[in-house]
Amino acid sequence: MKHLSFVSAAALALVANTAFAETEITWWHAMGGKLGDTVNQIAADFNASQDEYTITPVFKGSYEETLTAGIAAFRAGEQPNIMQVFDAGAATVIGAKGATVPVQDLLEANGVEFDINDYISGVRYFYADADGKMIGMPFNSSSPIMYFNVDALAAAGVEAPKTWEEFETVTAPALVAAGYIPLAESHSPWIFVENFMSRHNLPFATNDNGYTGVDTQILVNSDELKMHWTNVKEWLDEGYFGWYGASWDDNQAPFEEGKVALWMGSSGSFGGLMQKDLPFEFSATYLPYWESITTEPTQTFIGGASLFAMAGQSDEENAATAAFFDYLTSPEVQYMWHRETGYVPITTAAYEMAKADGHYDRFPAAEVGIQQLSLASGENTKGYRLGFYVQIRDVMNREFGRILTGETSVDDAFATIETEANELLSRFAMTQG
Amino acid sequence: MKRAGFSTRWLPILLLLPQLSIILIFFYWPAAHAVKSSFYLQDPFGFGETFVGMKNYTSLLKSSAYLRSAQFTVIFTLLVTILSLSLALLLAVKADKVIKGAKAYRTLLMWVYAVAPPVAGVIGLVLFDQTWGPLKDFFGLFGWDFRLGVNYFDTAFAMVVVSVWKQLPVNFIFFLSGLQSIPKSVREAALIDNRSASGRFWDVTFPLLAPTAFFLLIINITYALFDTFGIIDTVVKGEPSNNPMTLVYRVYVDGFRGNDLGGSSAQSVVLMVLVLALTVFQFRMVERRIHYT
Repeated sequence: MKHLSFVSAAALALVANTAFAETEITWWHAMGGKLGDTVNQIAADFNASQDEYTITPVFKGSYEETLTAGIAAFRAGEQPNIMQVFDAGAATVIGAKGATVPVQDLLEANGVEFDINDYISGVRYFYADADGKMIGMPFNSSSPIMYFNVDALAAAGVEAPKTWEEFETVTAPALVAAGYIPLAESHSPWIFVENFMSRHNLPFATNDNGYTGVDTQILVNSDELKMHWTNVKEWLDEGYFGWYGASWDDNQAPFEEGKVALWMGSSGSFGGLMQKDLPFEFSATYLPYWESITTEPTQTFIGGASLFAMAGQSDEENAATAAFFDYLTSPEVQYMWHRETGYVPITTAAYEMAKADGHYDRFPAAEVGIQQLSLASGENTKGYRLGFYVQIRDVMNREFGRILTGETSVDDAFATIETEANELLSRFAMTQG
Repeated sequence: MKRAGFSTRWLPILLLLPQLSIILIFFYWPAAHAVKSSFYLQDPFGFGETFVGMKNYTSLLKSSAYLRSAQFTVIFTLLVTILSLSLALLLAVKADKVIKGAKAYRTLLMWVYAVAPPVAGVIGLVLFDQTWGPLKDFFGLFGWDFRLGVNYFDTAFAMVVVSVWKQLPVNFIFFLSGLQSIPKSVREAALIDNRSASGRFWDVTFPLLAPTAFFLLIINITYALFDTFGIIDTVVKGEPSNNPMTLVYRVYVDGFRGNDLGGSSAQSVVLMVLVLALTVFQFRMVERRIHYT
């Protein structure tokens, strides 16, 4: 009997499917754990909101694994409709013209209103081309921010530092005296290079940070960055800074255990930290800047990932993709995503909705990321477009690890990063030939 | 002597065909493809490519990071092979003498064989963890500030220990069965000739074990070079940073994570040549001195 009802239910489902002939699209993403649950929720809500389209989200592993799986699928002609690509992979997927349909074109072709100025300014151009046309739809957008242990700062009698000078002379010594390791961070290339450049409005690479050409040279071997890293190494030696390897979690754990007072992570870490019920009160603020470099610090740009519409799909499926993007960028969905995960809302409308709902009165730290992304912009703050950037980050991580374990000097490390990064960039330029 | 043969010429070819086509499709074709792409720099999506000749190879030789990995791979392979073979041999010789509870003892030594490399890596991570690992506390007693993932040497140490631990049971099983297949009469004869146990071992038992040892040597070298991938991936948590990695892991890092198809193809070809050379060397130089019974 049970068996029979199962069969009839299956038959019914089959009939239902053919009766409506819904267009089915797939979405490959890299959001595991709680983030994955929220992604599935969004997809289910979209499917329930209308009966023309069905989207199926598929978890494909890490960001790198998702990109590689997408590339392999594209070469086999089996690509999904939507693929999530992370910041460091943007040059690869945008460089391959013909692999994706620019999201702006896709939306306009399907009659969805699109105005890039609806998006908040730190988000707007990271995944755009040199002319400012949006190619990838920003999805899980985050920015590095500085979390702090409120109890620790109170015990030391200091405020969260606004500048690195303040950190060095006031905050760190007081925190050490109070028995804390003052500072840790979870992603050196992202926080102490890419966003360091943006925060101080310094150029990161030639060709307008790589947006206007592929014959790009990296500009990391600069006095400002070397000064910063010389200090970071001194802080480590003096006990002002804790470094626990290149793994994200290994650097976050000491903050959660209450050993480290200031931790620089992602605005997207907020949801996870809230869930963990930490034994102390925490909040967040902007990344500090060097007053010796600038007195007018600028915004940071987004990390995280964006959604690309893969090319080679039928018009019906593209219409479904456009409808989903339209749904995804609606203020309600963006606010829900922001509230559940801590990733920033990507449109001004969603930000306003979160404000009006009192979300930031309840959780002031949740607003820091978006505020920092909305600070004054400069010519070097929209992001970067660098090929083989995954390997360039690997080179940076390697050399930073060697600086911090005393295997190399800051000067030698940055000379190595410059040489190897430029070699990788010129190799990437040849792949585009 | 009568020569057995097939009556038609086509039957043997037909019978060989499935095997040959598998080798062609799954080995020669991808290998040829790797050789070809090692001369190109290619957009991963397959839109653009540039023929670069030997450039992918020359930039490998110029890369200090690659050479560091190569150096590490050699040391790592030697350490893992020598340690896991010698420890397994020691354990097998001792286990061979156990009379009471021999089965339980042997099973305890063998069960690790069932552990998958990534799981072995995770167990290693738990034991060696830089904040709460018990082994880190143990090393602390001797004044060794052990920090996995931070210090190059410490991470390398953990990789070698976990890899050796994972490989011990395989070697143990083979050595033990090798020992048990040595005829009792030979051992008894040796006992009359030589009173020293170690002398008997090196003069009689070990040469008789040589075929097993030679086979295990090859197995262990390939294990250390290739099959430790899962352990290394777990220990470095996907972010090699300043930690050591083997050449095979580097192929993955550059090819699969970084989408540098040309560069990682060149790396695979280098590995292919290395394995080829190793195999030729082993069979030419070592096999000659081994006598199979």
